[in-house]
Amino acid sequence: MKRLFELALPLLLGVAVLAFWQWAVRARGIPVYVLPAPSDIARALAANFTSLMTSLAFTLTVTVEAFLVALAAGVALAIAFSQSRLLERMLYPYAVILQVTPVVAIAPLILIWVGFDHVQTALVLIATLVAFFPILSNTALGLKSADFNLVDLMRLYGASRWQILWRLRLPTALPFLLGAMKIAGGLALIGAVVAEFVAGSGTATGLAWRIVEAGYRLEIATMFAALALLALLGIAIFAALSALERLLLRRWHESALIRPL
Amino acid sequence: MTLLTVAHLGKRFTNGVAALDDVGFTVAQGEFVSLLGPSGCGKSTLLRVIAGLLRPDSGEISWSGMRPELGFVFQEPTLMPWADALTNARLPLDLKHVPRREGQGRATAALARLGLGGFEQALPRELSGGMKMRVSIARALAAGPKVLLMDEPFAALDEPTRQALNDDLLALAKEDGITVLFVTHSVMESSYLSDRVLVMSPRPGRIIADISLNQPARRGESFRLSPEFAQAQRLVAKALLVPSPAREALVGEAAVAAPALRRPEGAKKP
Repeated sequence: MKRLFELALPLLLGVAVLAFWQWAVRARGIPVYVLPAPSDIARALAANFTSLMTSLAFTLTVTVEAFLVALAAGVALAIAFSQSRLLERMLYPYAVILQVTPVVAIAPLILIWVGFDHVQTALVLIATLVAFFPILSNTALGLKSADFNLVDLMRLYGASRWQILWRLRLPTALPFLLGAMKIAGGLALIGAVVAEFVAGSGTATGLAWRIVEAGYRLEIATMFAALALLALLGIAIFAALSALERLLLRRWHESALIRPL
Repeated sequence: MTLLTVAHLGKRFTNGVAALDDVGFTVAQGEFVSLLGPSGCGKSTLLRVIAGLLRPDSGEISWSGMRPELGFVFQEPTLMPWADALTNARLPLDLKHVPRREGQGRATAALARLGLGGFEQALPRELSGGMKMRVSIARALAAGPKVLLMDEPFAALDEPTRQALNDDLLALAKEDGITVLFVTHSVMESSYLSDRVLVMSPRPGRIIADISLNQPARRGESFRLSPEFAQAQRLVAKALLVPSPAREALVGEAAVAAPALRRPEGAKKP
């Protein structure tokens, strides 16, 4: 009963805020082009449902593709770093430079290079750049965190580099990687949104562009509807990755243990 | 028969501090030898050099014949937290590409010998400190080592657990004819377990006494309480305190004292 109440608590707060919002907008007579009431937003969502869902699918596709590319590239590069210090010394500074350079600033360049004929590829590339770094740096850290006594023990038994990587370093890095994936999932969405903003009119058809478009037309309720969908998408991505983390770590990792006492 | 010869071994840490200085001794086949000394005297370094995990700066390690199969046990259990006891014990066999079924059998048997029958599927976090250490020893034994190198394996355990593990280790090593090199900072533990105690000085580590103890084959509770054990401990403790110039005299005394430690025929077990 207490647990149920705790679960319902954030939901209750949400409902209360929405109710207050609805009441405040109506009571003060705030015009819909300044602040639409929740009911106006719901109406806008229903009216544009099909087109908003198409936009959602577009943004989701870009986000997921970028996330997967970032995951594969980040893990691959981290493994390469773990095998060669020289390679790490050589490449890591550039990975950092890529990370600290604001992607919004590189995005127009990427759009021009990839070409407006392949706008979706450009969007994925931009979002990948945003999501890539935490995967790389966390996985690299995880691969290095292997118990050095276990590494010694495996060497004593004649283990190859590959065996040490597969049997020890990768499992050790898993919790680090899963943590990074939760961050990267959110970043991929941010990257997709930024990319759509930059790509601009006529080419991108995702939720972010819908927000810009609705803004031009002063359809503030539609803007809020697209925004709400974006937030839901972000929550869904985070929840899915958290569930994956729990599933993979619950048996052995401290972070996922439920203590009996 | 001499199995291992360590000669004029020297090793410096990367910061230039001498860890080992002119360390030399031999170990006979089947002997239980303790390396006893204060923290930071280079005992662990010495063990790692013998294992081939570290290269010495000078001197050499030589085995009579081929390097035998080595087992290594660390101070911490050093288990893979994501793998169950059986998978952990099977690790050396997996690394050597022993067929899975055979490896499974040998690891299960090794766990059973350490009293962990029925705990094959347990994860490290579900086991107590002593049990984790047992898995660690089972892992070392599963590979069928001729020599076991142990680096303060029981230092973190409580006294009763430690005594039980001492007795089990002794029995298992005798049964398999394993030569043991056992690093410890405990006078009691080294006097209880060893045929020989090599006492080391702090930095730079060198052997300052080589004490042969004539131990009864079967020890246990009655031996722990016996005056012979008390005398062995006194002997070892004294060597630990004596500054190096006096070490010659002490080794002489040990040789004299050793016969007195022999137990009468039919020494009993509790």
